[in-house]
Amino acid sequence: MALVLLWMILGIAIGLTLSNYAGLLKINDRLLNLAIYALLLLLGISIGSNEKIITNFYGLGVQALVIASGAIGGSVLVSWMVYRLFFHIK
Amino acid sequence: MKALIIPAFFVTGILLGISGKLPDSLISDDLSTLALSILLFLAGVGIGADRKSWNVIRSIHLKIVLVPVGIMLGTLAGTLVTSLLLPTLSLREILAVGSGFGYYSLSSIFITKLHGETLGLVALLSNMFREILTILLTPILVKYFGNLAAIAAGGATSMDTTLPVIIKYSGKEYAIISLFSGITLTILVPFLVTFFLTVGR
Repeated sequence: MALVLLWMILGIAIGLTLSNYAGLLKINDRLLNLAIYALLLLLGISIGSNEKIITNFYGLGVQALVIASGAIGGSVLVSWMVYRLFFHIK
Repeated sequence: MKALIIPAFFVTGILLGISGKLPDSLISDDLSTLALSILLFLAGVGIGADRKSWNVIRSIHLKIVLVPVGIMLGTLAGTLVTSLLLPTLSLREILAVGSGFGYYSLSSIFITKLHGETLGLVALLSNMFREILTILLTPILVKYFGNLAAIAAGGATSMDTTLPVIIKYSGKEYAIISLFSGITLTILVPFLVTFFLTVGR
């Protein structure tokens, strides 16, 4: 993970020197989108190829889905309050 | 239309994975680590070149700590509410599953070891659902609940697997908050799971 973060720091350093090259940055945005799509495809593949997940999906799946919904609902509501109170930058 | 591209790639991936016809090299962790490195590098270039994101980061300061703390408290409160719907599970069990924050591999291993396979599988599925639902719901969550909503839904996964969608919908200036929150929650997972399943027994 640490190594992955170094890539980001390197990118930021390079980006700082490029802020005047709008054309290059447009290409960068397009490549960023491609990387996003590739990563999501790979994540789907790793879930789909995990048999433990696919075969036992129904038995305990409902319980799991209920807990996941509660976790998302609760955290999103608190984050909304944090966002409104502290992060709303005009 | 654009909102459909993201789930389309993801669902295609799942179907390809189920088909089992892929070479092992595509399933390996190395490839997704490589893709993640490229993604973060490109996001870094974008952040570095964008004066606006520096202003956002500068105006945030220590408030960034509130993000993972709020997400942790919100997750635990939200999972506590679901105990009303799940009478067969104890509060401890439900809180332990919720404390996975979407980090299914680690939390399910921990829970299986501490408490048995059944709850381990619930933890695996529940935390996978958290990740999948985050990817699918991010456009809606960000629209109605602000730019931190997807980071909250993603929990520990906001540092890697859900980072792409978060960057896409909250903006790349939120990448650093997302990474910080995800890393903090990831570190908390083993401590909280162990705490809920063992303390006071």
